[in-house]
This record gives sequence, structure tokens and C-alpha cells, in this order.
Amino acid sequence: MTLFIETLIGGLLAGTMYSLVAIGFVLIFKASGVFNYSQGALLLFSALTLVTFLELGLAFWLAVIVTIVVMIALSIAIERVVLRPLANRNVMTLFMATLGLSFVIEGAAQGLMGSEVRLLDIGLQDNPLFWGDILISEFDLIVAGGATVLVIALALFFSKTRIGISLRAVADDTASAQSIGININRIWQIVWAVAAVVGMVSGMVWGARQGVAFALSLVVLKALPVLIIGGFTSIMGAIVGGLLIGAGEALAETYIGPLVGGGISPWFAYLVALIFLFIRPVGLFGEYKVERV
Amino acid sequence: MTDRAISDADVILDIAGVSLSFQGVKAINALSFSVYRHEICALIGPNGAGKSSLLNIINGVYRPESGSLSFNGRSLKKIQPIETARLGMGRVFQNNALFGKMSVLDNVLAGLSRKAQTSFIEHAFRLPRARRESADFRARSERVIAFLDLEPYRDAIVENLSYGIQKRVGLARALVAEPELLLLDEPMAGMNKEEKQEMSDYITDINHKLGVTIVLIEHDISVVMSLSDHVVVLDYGRKIADGDPDRVKDDPEVIQAYLGVVH
Repeated sequence: MTLFIETLIGGLLAGTMYSLVAIGFVLIFKASGVFNYSQGALLLFSALTLVTFLELGLAFWLAVIVTIVVMIALSIAIERVVLRPLANRNVMTLFMATLGLSFVIEGAAQGLMGSEVRLLDIGLQDNPLFWGDILISEFDLIVAGGATVLVIALALFFSKTRIGISLRAVADDTASAQSIGININRIWQIVWAVAAVVGMVSGMVWGARQGVAFALSLVVLKALPVLIIGGFTSIMGAIVGGLLIGAGEALAETYIGPLVGGGISPWFAYLVALIFLFIRPVGLFGEYKVERV
Repeated sequence: MTDRAISDADVILDIAGVSLSFQGVKAINALSFSVYRHEICALIGPNGAGKSSLLNIINGVYRPESGSLSFNGRSLKKIQPIETARLGMGRVFQNNALFGKMSVLDNVLAGLSRKAQTSFIEHAFRLPRARRESADFRARSERVIAFLDLEPYRDAIVENLSYGIQKRVGLARALVAEPELLLLDEPMAGMNKEEKQEMSDYITDINHKLGVTIVLIEHDISVVMSLSDHVVVLDYGRKIADGDPDRVKDDPEVIQAYLGVVH
């Protein structure tokens, strides 16, 4: 039983890291219908930028702030230069644009800041904590706490502020939002900026966990099943999907792993996603599109 | 409009020789008329007469091929819907175009978006200016909600409300931005007699108490005649009559083209 609970808690905590990555996708998808494949590249770019500034001797918090500014500027530039001219094109065109973009960003990141694996120390110790018999990773616990605070802040921002209302209006019906005078380009810039900040936090925690290198951009592939399970349009879905994948992976690795010789985590999430595609293709919190005639 | 002293200053919207065609078919043909400040002007005509197209031209969705429009003396050439909204035009759509998943209050608040002076950063950190603006927007929205008797539905999700109430929410969302001119596209379509009466009363209130000029499209002739100060009749994109309701009602061409025909 102790093993089960320990695995479950560890899995849930790791799952918050998946949720964080997935939220970055949901924000942009919800507001503009773009599946932003370059989110992973942006995550790599932010982690590399942070490492580079730290290596230059900047204090940690200063480096974080500078990285946030760089990422927001980059995202707004992407929205302006790549996506706005393509507005109203079909979904595939936009997806291909972000796919291309991801190569450009990855290339630029490694070209400017180097491609060797670097360590990112964000000042969190990975000490084991004991809660009774149960072992919990301090790092995971702090990251999960930070992610929770970030999600609550986002939720408050989107539900309480005028910009949040405009954003939900754009997500609900872009054409009518435009007709009542909401500046949708503005809203898209803001969403890209917020997604950049979320991406930067994800980049920071993933970079600290597995080192900063090209492989970091592949965490998008972890976010994809989370999105399929949670639904592409729901932040709540991204959270629940992430936790589900995190816990599922950990439990499967512990209990099914030994039976099949281990190595479950690379494909387990996709298996769960596949099952969801059969049963509920819009995901747990996704919405079925109602076509109005 | 015989009893009205007509001077240029009284014209809020002037349409001069406007034409529009879709794939060679003239939807609107050399149309000219004026809307006077503080009046309720009804556009009537059979289906396909070009009424909705005309509203789309007025608020910048379509661009006319020829002719010109001016609003408060300002030319509306090459204008986008977002700019007409800024100039003080509000529009309620035939299909409502509300934000179905949001509450009534949030829909109304969204109508104020373009009035916002504060930035994203100020909101993210809830700086005093952003907080003051939010409070102000909230108060304005509550006033409009009260004005249109929507208080019982304030926190309800719009898509769960009845059609008649949704129409009123659409009106509230347009009204909250304090437009000078309100364009209403069939505000009473699909309503029963009582609902129509109720909607007429709200439109009259908006016109009389708030001084908003109204241009509306409506099919129900009895409603049009009792509600409006000024009627413009269109048929096949042409204007066939223009004047106060009594005069229009007796116009032989109108009777032949529209009123006399059973629809």
C-alpha cells in the first residue's frame, strides 16, 4: 500500500509538469484555434536563455526576469510576423507555420547559445522528504506548488479582469467579438505573451529536471496525449489530463513494468490517449462542436 | 418628415447614391436617404430587398461600389466595423452573435472592451487604474442590465436563456458602449405579440430616455408603424418610399410592392 501511495503521489506531482506544458498549448488554441507546435521550441529557447544569462553571472531572479522579457518579446513578434498575416487561413496552414517555426527557433536557440547539454540550477534541492513511510521528492513538491499558484493566478486573471472577458469572448465567437469592437490582434498578442510565460516556467522546471538540450523541445510530445485526454480547449482538462498521465505512467511503470520488462513510460501516455480517441475524441473537458445552420 | 425642421446638423447618418452588387446582381441600387438625430428609422421591404446588406454597409462590413456615407459629418469611406464601433455605432445582430458560454454580465462587460484605457500589464498586476476601470465598467454594465430589466438573469449563462431574453442581452451589450446610433437587425424576429410589445417598449425607452438614434429592420408592419418616426421602404435594392409612417402607408407603390402582398 505504501508503495502504491508513494508511486501515486510521485506520479501526480510529475503530472503537474505535463499539465504546465499542456496549458501553454490550450491558451493559444482556445483563443486562436492554432495548435502551436513551436511551444516546445519556445520552451527550449527560454531554458537556454535562462541558462545563458545565469552563466553570464546574472543573479537568479534577474535572469528570470530578463528571460521573461525576452520570451514575451519573441512571442509577440511571432504573433505579429507569422500568425497575423495567416489569420483566417485553414487550421493545417497555421499548424504547418508553427511546425516550421519550431525548426527556426530550435536552430536559432542552438546557434546563438550552443547545443551542448547544460545544467540548469534553479536553486531547488531534490532532497527526499518523508511523510510517514512515504517518500516524496522535494523538487516535485515545490514545482507542483509553483504550478498550482501559476494556474490559480491565470484562472483569476481570465475570470476577473476585463482582458479575461475579452479573451473568453474571442474564444467563444471571434466574429462577434470583432463586431463589438474587441481588438482580436491585441488579444492574440496577450495570449501569446501569457503562453510564453507559462512556457518559460515549464522550460525552467523541465530544464532543471533533465538538463537543457535539444531533447527539451520534445516535451511537446508528452503534452500531446495530455491534450487529447483533457481536451484542447480546457485549462482544467490540461490539469486533469496531466495528472492522469503522470499518475498512470508512474503506476504502470511500477506495477506493469516488471511484467513486460520495463520501458513503459515512453508509450503509456499514447496508449491512454488512443483509448480516449475511441471513447471520447473531444477529451474529458472538450466541447463537441455544435454546427449552427 | 414634413413637421421636422431639416438642416444638415440634424442628420446623423447620410447615405448618398450607394450601390452594392453580389456577383453582378444589384443588391442595393443608387440608394440615398438620411437618418435624423434622435429618431427611430425603420427599414422595411420584402426579403431580399437589401436591408441587411445596407446595415452591413453602414457599419463597415461591406464596402459599397459607389456612393458615399457619412456619420456625424464624417465620411465612412474604407472603414472597418471596429472603427464604426469607435465612432459610436452599436449593432445588434439578427442571429444575436452573443457569447453563449459566458454569463449575461460578462457579455455586457465585453461590450465595453473597446472603451478600455488600461493595459494588459496593469490588469495582470491589478494596479489602481485597472481596478478603477473595472469598477467603472462593472457599474456601467449593472446600469444597463437594470435599464433592460435583466437583473434576474445577470449571472445566467446566455445559451441557457430564452430567445427573447437573449435578444435583450444583445441589446444590452450594444447599449453599454453608449452608442449614438444603434442598428437593430430584426430585433423582434420570431417573437410573439407580447414579446414584440415588450421589445418595442425597450426600444422606445432607449430612444426617448437615452436619446439614442435607432435604425431598425423589421417585418411586422403594425410594429413598424407604431414604433418608428421615419420609414424607408426598399424593394430590389431601390428605395421606393421614404417619409413618416402615415405617408408611407398610403404610398401606392409601397402598397403594390410590399404591404398589399401576402408574405
